[in-house]
Amino acid sequence: MAEIQIKNVAKKFGTYQALHDINLTVADQEFMVLLGASGCGKTTLLRIVAGLETATTGEIWIGGRRVDHLAPKDRGIAMVFQNYAVFPHLTVFENIGFGLRMQKLPNDEVKRRVERTATLMHIEQLLKRYSGELSGGQRQRVAVARALAMEPDVILMDEPLSNLDALLRLEMRAELKGVLAESKTTTIYVTHDQVEAMSLADRISVMHQGRIVQAATPIEVYRNPAAEFVASFIGNPPMNFLTAIPAGDGKWSVAGQLVDGPRTEKAALQFAIRPEDLRPADQGLTATAKVVEPLGAHLLVTCEVDGSSFRAVLDSDLTVRPGDKLTLAPQPDRVRWFDPETTLAIA
Amino acid sequence: MTNAVAIAAPTGSTRKAGNYVYVASIVLLCAWVIVPLYFLFINTLSSPEAVNSFPKSFIPEFDLGSLTFFAGFNGMLTALKNSVLVAGMTMVLSIVIGAPAGYALSRFDFRGKEVFRMLVLLTRAFPLPLLALPLAVLFIRTGLDDTAFGLALVHTTLAIPFAVLITFSLFSGIPVELEEAAWTLGCTRFTAFTKVILPLILPGITASAIFAFVISWNEVFAAAVLTIENRTLPAFLLQTLGEAPLHLKFAGGFILVVPALIFIFAVRKYLFAMWGIANR
Repeated sequence: MAEIQIKNVAKKFGTYQALHDINLTVADQEFMVLLGASGCGKTTLLRIVAGLETATTGEIWIGGRRVDHLAPKDRGIAMVFQNYAVFPHLTVFENIGFGLRMQKLPNDEVKRRVERTATLMHIEQLLKRYSGELSGGQRQRVAVARALAMEPDVILMDEPLSNLDALLRLEMRAELKGVLAESKTTTIYVTHDQVEAMSLADRISVMHQGRIVQAATPIEVYRNPAAEFVASFIGNPPMNFLTAIPAGDGKWSVAGQLVDGPRTEKAALQFAIRPEDLRPADQGLTATAKVVEPLGAHLLVTCEVDGSSFRAVLDSDLTVRPGDKLTLAPQPDRVRWFDPETTLAIA
Repeated sequence: MTNAVAIAAPTGSTRKAGNYVYVASIVLLCAWVIVPLYFLFINTLSSPEAVNSFPKSFIPEFDLGSLTFFAGFNGMLTALKNSVLVAGMTMVLSIVIGAPAGYALSRFDFRGKEVFRMLVLLTRAFPLPLLALPLAVLFIRTGLDDTAFGLALVHTTLAIPFAVLITFSLFSGIPVELEEAAWTLGCTRFTAFTKVILPLILPGITASAIFAFVISWNEVFAAAVLTIENRTLPAFLLQTLGEAPLHLKFAGGFILVVPALIFIFAVRKYLFAMWGIANR
């Protein structure tokens, strides 16, 4: 059992506030992804959990034990680093067994565990090599095997796949998911790649400017973004936004069209819709196509609606040329509303 | 140098001309180092008459007279022993003091870090003759005068800036993540250092230790001022060879140069590693 609790954690570097009052609970055996653009504080948060960085204020609890005053080695964690950090002076075998040797485990136990994790990561034929003789992908496997061999309660991963090429990343992603589910550890995984986050996570915590904006399942984050930032950060192409002005009785005027919306007294709202939730119809938003990109399965049309840029993902059977007038109907249950003052979602 | 012309017979193309300059430069640089050493070598192994005659022969006579003279020379072996002792202590002291400073400079952020780096270098800014008198007085008062340890302290001061800066760049060349990985795998700061960092920088440390050794081995001023009975080899030779005949001066120089050369040659691999260690 290793639930991770992050309580009121804040971090200042000099006068720069890197993290503001973070509260997050990662359930036992949960795969939590910290997602955000670079500089949002996700790596700092991970390093605070690992004990490589000290929080300015706040507490870290792992498995019901307060650990923020403990050294990294006493926290029951293992970490996988972005640049692998495979020790260059040791063989793959000794790298994987490094933590076990530090625990002074008997030789045959070290051998058994190293061989088991090496087999799990498909590197059993590399055990005698040095890191200089390995490819990036193989080094990454060694780094993961080294963490798994510790049989830790918690595995922390800091952008482990970002140095691999695209194809290898895809392969390792699927493999990691399987291996980590099998190992029954609690995982915190830092990435800036939303596809990686969506495909791996049980829950995603989207971070922005040192705060967690939303922590929810991938599909919830995608369908019901809690703030405009999440809506525009997740999804490729991102969500479309249009300004809506009240037309009374729960109706809102969006680019000249009346749309059903929330009943509030606000002077304006942001109307938001994902590009794939638009259909050509007789009634809807009037759009002028600007750029048409056939992507095989779909047609990505960048158009102009009411003077602002707007994207639609349409069926590739349609024939659209730049300059064409389109009428796009948003799927009503997929429309989301945001308060322009707070940028938060309105239920 | 005449053979350089033969090697690169120019055919008119610029590439050949560049090649010619390249080879010529290499030959010139090698000659710059080797020719004086060769003369030293010949004259050491020549009889006194051959040393003073002209023109010179380019083939040594293998006359060991001068060297045998030195081997039997009173105080010679003591001076050699002193030199090794002082250089050895300098080597150990400058690494023991310099390496932690280099580590701190590369891994920690602290107030005045840049100033500290400047100050380390500034210790070389004071000319030794300026410091000699106060040092001698201080050493006499504390009883450090005319001891190998006292001289080693002075040489350590001279060697430390290099030790600090070399180890600083060595430590900086090792990714922090390696250390952090070790911490998460059950190491303390100390065991992470001994199990991960030390094996990686050992070649570089060796090189910077040798460097300290050679600095001490070659240093003559402080050695001459601060010791009387326990002279090191350079100081001893300076004192005794002042009025000695030419062939003995050559032999003395030879004795001084050869150990340093052998030492550097033995660790040349590590001296190169000093600049290229990074992450294997």
